[in-house]
Amino acid sequence: MRLDLVPRTRRSPVLDILSSALAFVAAVLIGGIAVAALGVSPTAAFVTYFVTPLSEVWSLQEIALKAAPLALIATGLAFCYRANLWNIGAEGQFVVGGLAGGWVGVATQGAEGFTLWILPAMLIVGTLAGIAFAMIPAILKVRLGVSEILTSLMLVYVAQLLLDYMVRGPLRDPAGYNFPQSVGFDAAARLPYLMDGETLHAGVLVAFVAVVLATVVLARTLFGFEVRVVGASPRAARFAGFSDARLTLAVFAISGGAAGLAGISEVAGKIGQLQPEISPGYGFTAIIVAFLGRLSPPGILIAALVIALTTIGGEGAQIDLRLPLDLTRAFQGLLLGLVLGADVFARYHVTLVPGGPSSRTVP
Amino acid sequence: MDATLPASALARRSKEGPTPLFGAYGIVKRFGSFTANDGVDLEIRAGEIHALLGENGAGKSTLMKILYGLLEPTEGVVTHKGDIVQLPNPEAARRLGIGMVFQHFSLCENLTVAENIALVMPKDLSGRALADRIARLGIDYGLHLDPDRPVWSLSAGERQRIEIVRCLLQDPSLVILDEPTSVLTPGEAEVLFTVLERLREEGRALLYISHRLDEVRRLCVRATILRGGKVVGACNPREETARSLAAMMVGSAVREVTPREGGAVGRERLRLDRLSLPAPDLHATALHDVSLSVAGGEILGIAGIAGNGQAELFAALSGESRAPEPDSVRLDGKPVGALGINARRRLGAGFVPEERNGHAAAPLMSLSENALLSRYPTASLTRFGLIRLGAARDLAKRVIEAFDVRKAGPDPAAGTLSGGNLQKFVVGREIQAEPGVLVINQPTWGVDAAAAAHIRQAVIDLAARGTAILVISQDLDELFEIAGSIAVLHDGTLSPAVPAGETSREAIGLLMGGSSDHAPPVADVAHPREPMPSPAHAH
Repeated sequence: MRLDLVPRTRRSPVLDILSSALAFVAAVLIGGIAVAALGVSPTAAFVTYFVTPLSEVWSLQEIALKAAPLALIATGLAFCYRANLWNIGAEGQFVVGGLAGGWVGVATQGAEGFTLWILPAMLIVGTLAGIAFAMIPAILKVRLGVSEILTSLMLVYVAQLLLDYMVRGPLRDPAGYNFPQSVGFDAAARLPYLMDGETLHAGVLVAFVAVVLATVVLARTLFGFEVRVVGASPRAARFAGFSDARLTLAVFAISGGAAGLAGISEVAGKIGQLQPEISPGYGFTAIIVAFLGRLSPPGILIAALVIALTTIGGEGAQIDLRLPLDLTRAFQGLLLGLVLGADVFARYHVTLVPGGPSSRTVP
Repeated sequence: MDATLPASALARRSKEGPTPLFGAYGIVKRFGSFTANDGVDLEIRAGEIHALLGENGAGKSTLMKILYGLLEPTEGVVTHKGDIVQLPNPEAARRLGIGMVFQHFSLCENLTVAENIALVMPKDLSGRALADRIARLGIDYGLHLDPDRPVWSLSAGERQRIEIVRCLLQDPSLVILDEPTSVLTPGEAEVLFTVLERLREEGRALLYISHRLDEVRRLCVRATILRGGKVVGACNPREETARSLAAMMVGSAVREVTPREGGAVGRERLRLDRLSLPAPDLHATALHDVSLSVAGGEILGIAGIAGNGQAELFAALSGESRAPEPDSVRLDGKPVGALGINARRRLGAGFVPEERNGHAAAPLMSLSENALLSRYPTASLTRFGLIRLGAARDLAKRVIEAFDVRKAGPDPAAGTLSGGNLQKFVVGREIQAEPGVLVINQPTWGVDAAAAAHIRQAVIDLAARGTAILVISQDLDELFEIAGSIAVLHDGTLSPAVPAGETSREAIGLLMGGSSDHAPPVADVAHPREPMPSPAHAH
């Protein structure tokens, strides 16, 4: 018995979706076994993880709020990863974006009169800060050939410590009893809620627009073509006259800008002030989301929703079933592994060739 | 294990002659809906050099891989001395005495000869013992190799010797050779032929795969011809002409390339003036004072063995490498040495690199996207940064029709086309732009006879319309067929161009080998120089 893998001549979107669905089912089954081994009914766990969060309005909003930054960051990262450039530092660009945009919010606190400019200014400053921070590894790579993987990752810690210093020092709320946090933003410095009395804010729309825009850019523009060629066939890209250096700067700017925008959206949306922790690791989780979504923006949107769902479901399972939160992390890792593994079915004709191993020996 | 052949295979066995050493009967291999081998029979006897002929895509590689245990046939059996054998992997094939010399070498450039050989040998054989065996084989067969030289410092011929020695160390009874002379100078090929004759005399069987029909006629008395996955004939190549062999492979008479009659040569369009470029990396070749000039309507051929600066010269011409002095490269009189490839395209130049997959075309992308790849700067395929998908598809379709590119599906990925068809596409893509200057590196490398004739004819016709054409090729037959004058690139230095009618293959062959003063460093006193191409070499 042996498996024969024959490459498919063309990738079919239907098979891509089917193989991902297959991977998801397999992950749920394996997860069920793990849950049973922990002495909890797999059915109850399934309901808590995947059904309950989808059946209540507040948890649906929570899913959207968690998925939005993930989708926005991962969409930016998809440009980098498609071009075979490895920005691992989206977490840092997220933090710097949140910090710089949030600083505008702090500085304008209590402003009177015309305040409509404040929120757009925050979003722009946050995005630009994310771009600027991503330019450090990009320029080091282009000018000196320094590995962008290391520099972008290390700069995450720089960003986190910078935020920590700022909220304990210059941006600390003077009337905040020495708590390490800034003043709360004015309403003019907050992303508007989409519905009265609910938690869903306009940052969700920003993420959705970014996904649509990125889909068009990748599929239909010369720049998107450039990104795809550089990643798939670097020599052919040079033959097409595309410059490695320019593209490196461009995709780092896109991913840094998206992460920075996600950062300020989180600060101006959900949090409403600056504090030492503004991200539960969105920048890192987004790497998983980008690959779960196979580096295509619509796929990333779906992947972000699935990861958000399991995270919210995992919180529920922790409370209701006393299942450890690590189980959720393990499940997300398992899902990524299986989705990447299931790619085999989308990329190859897989056939089982009959015949026992005994007949395969040589005299 | 079955000792008897099934009736179906028995019926296919040839009635006369001794039991063949290896036989393949009724071999069918399907990949999905595509049938690469369709009921192929092949018998190889001890002490013969058996030729396997066929165009690209005829199923030669598939059959070879089945014999070497890399693929398993969908149907059919392989026999060894009349017994059915299973070849689930190359290890099993090697144990049966089947060895293979691949067309593309699988060597580690930074390791020495001995280390490269040790990589594939059993672990207990290494160090001094292995070096001794390499040396002994070298003496016995004239396969001289210095075990301690790093591979990157060796010529293609020497690299091939490593592959052959690797193979011979396992004392094979059948040696499969895939296009073995495609990277060799005429002189190196002569050395190889002597080794092959020697192996045959020792009673080994050789399966010889080549496009070069002259070689086949010289070496082989039996040939099996494949076309479209089926055996279409068996013959004694010595009783056939190269033309009739080619006709059997293609299935119809090969189109003759019509040379251009006289033809007016116009003004100078492409010029290099003492172009020097340092080697971009350790394994590359520096260019020294390269000067040339091509006029409209002229085809200049650059001969040379691979690795003598062809890739570097092409990059300097295309603009993928910039020249240190802008006026060392001129297009229509304009200095372009500092310009990139797209600026040169806008000045009317077109380029076809050597490597189809990954350089001239992105294999995973569709043909229309590959049309966009080199034509977007000049063919108005974008508007406001948006790709005009329809225009790109139209362009691809025009190229496909004009150059008879065979493909599956409406707009398939470039990598799914056979070598010949993809080459027709990438050459056609540039010719369709009616460039003023066209630079082609290895226009028909690894391409079947019909496609090669088509491409050469298109190049000649383009020159007739006034284009200046520079063809870099390792194939001397090709250069003598299409080029008006020929220069030789050796070790980054270009010889003066001479009219093709006033020189000979032998003279060019000598220059390709570096004449007499450019011998590769000889590490060993006992290491003899290779003989120069003998004047008796059939042409």
